[in-house]
Amino acid sequence: MKTLIFSTAAVALVGTLGLGIQGAWSDDDDHSFSTAKWNKMKARSTGVAAVTNALYTEECGSCHFAYPPGLLPASSWQKVMAGLADHFGDNAELDANEQQQLTEYLTNNAADTSSYRRSRKIMNSLQNTNTPSPLRITEIPYFRHEHREIPKRIINLPEVGGNLSQCNSCHQHAEKGSFNEDEISIKGFGRWKD
Amino acid sequence: MKSIFPALIAAAITLLPNSALPNTQIEPSAFTAKSGEKLWNQTQTISGQVRSCASCHTSDPRQAGKHIRTGKPIKPMAPSANAERFVDPKKVSKWFKRNCKWTLGRECSEQEKADITSYLKSI
Ligand code: HEC
Ligand code: HEC
Ligand code: HEC
Repeated sequence: MKTLIFSTAAVALVGTLGLGIQGAWSDDDDHSFSTAKWNKMKARSTGVAAVTNALYTEECGSCHFAYPPGLLPASSWQKVMAGLADHFGDNAELDANEQQQLTEYLTNNAADTSSYRRSRKIMNSLQNTNTPSPLRITEIPYFRHEHREIPKRIINLPEVGGNLSQCNSCHQHAEKGSFNEDEISIKGFGRWKD
Repeated sequence: MKSIFPALIAAAITLLPNSALPNTQIEPSAFTAKSGEKLWNQTQTISGQVRSCASCHTSDPRQAGKHIRTGKPIKPMAPSANAERFVDPKKVSKWFKRNCKWTLGRECSEQEKADITSYLKSI
């Protein structure tokens, strides 16, 4: 019990003091919370894994923000990758080799295989639905639920573009896979206060 | 010395005349550049939508453009404004294929690609 209280306190301390306290714990095996570890824990609980594949950023980030793979299940990515010649009305064709490499990257890092909390929530919300493999992130029940309070007039701002597909119009650190509520600043509108 | 060297190379590259850049097998002639300009601005209606190369790349390709669907900014297409254009043949042919199909409803001929390339290099 004593240990439990102690570790909880350690978590809180490292969280508030950040760097300052790091040295004090770093050589203590039981309570070795470094800043890096803490940030990783925070990311796991509030975001999805960031994109780490250069080919992906180049090929799938040229027309829009490169969506992190942890935002859709593997079965969805397979469908997206099989239809690139008619990709939401655009042409995003790739040669066979690149298409295969990127399909592998996406399916290996999809929401099904991720331990990040947002990916888990996405998978849970797709269970027992008619569309377990949507083509769009913006069609996922969890996604729709989180965005249900945003008024149409904000979504229709030219800077946002009439739908929610451009995550980085509002989530300032979307590129890092981070979708924290306190990092939201809507282009053409400003900070979001809940 | 060590630190000044990369800066010297960078300076040398920026000072290179346009003709020394790779992939300039086709010499921009006034004739093909004119046809290229025409094709660039030519509009066609596909799936009820009016489309041209200028829709995303603007009719002044020295300016930055914007993807009409996603709003993502696109850097200028004219090599005079953006030295990264027409340096990677694989990238160039990939985008000619996609964008001609989407904008014109068909692939571009070799002549049309040469015309557009000449136009973009002439401005
Ligand atoms: C030629 C341009 C282009 C390229 C290249 C491209 N996309 Fe897209 N993508 C689009 C357009 C246009 C949309 C629809 C946006 C809209 O509805 O606002 C889209 C939408 C999407 C969506 C749905 C977003 C949502 O939830 O609404 C996903 C997922 C997606 N793309 C994945 C990819 C992947 C993976 C690649 C790389 C293999 C890729 N895209 C490459 C143009 C492109
Ligand atoms: C128009 C701006 C806008 C766009 C575009 C947008 N979001 Fe959001 N997002 C918000 C707002 C505002 C909230 C908070 C909603 C609330 O608290 O009522 C939110 C909440 C979230 C949350 C929950 C965050 C939390 O801490 O609980 C996630 C996850 C998320 N968005 C992911 C995405 C993804 C992925 C995309 C792109 C496919 C996206 N968003 C596009 C504005 C946007
Ligand atoms: C729907 C938007 C859109 C339209 C319309 C469009 N393009 Fe593009 N084009 C893009 C995007 C996005 C890129 C890749 C992003 C980048 O390289 O900055 C690109 C890149 C290119 C490139 C690559 C050049 C290089 O070396 O980097 C060429 C060539 C090109 N486009 C030609 C054309 C031609 C020709 C047309 C008309 C037939 C056209 N585009 C119409 C969006 C478009």
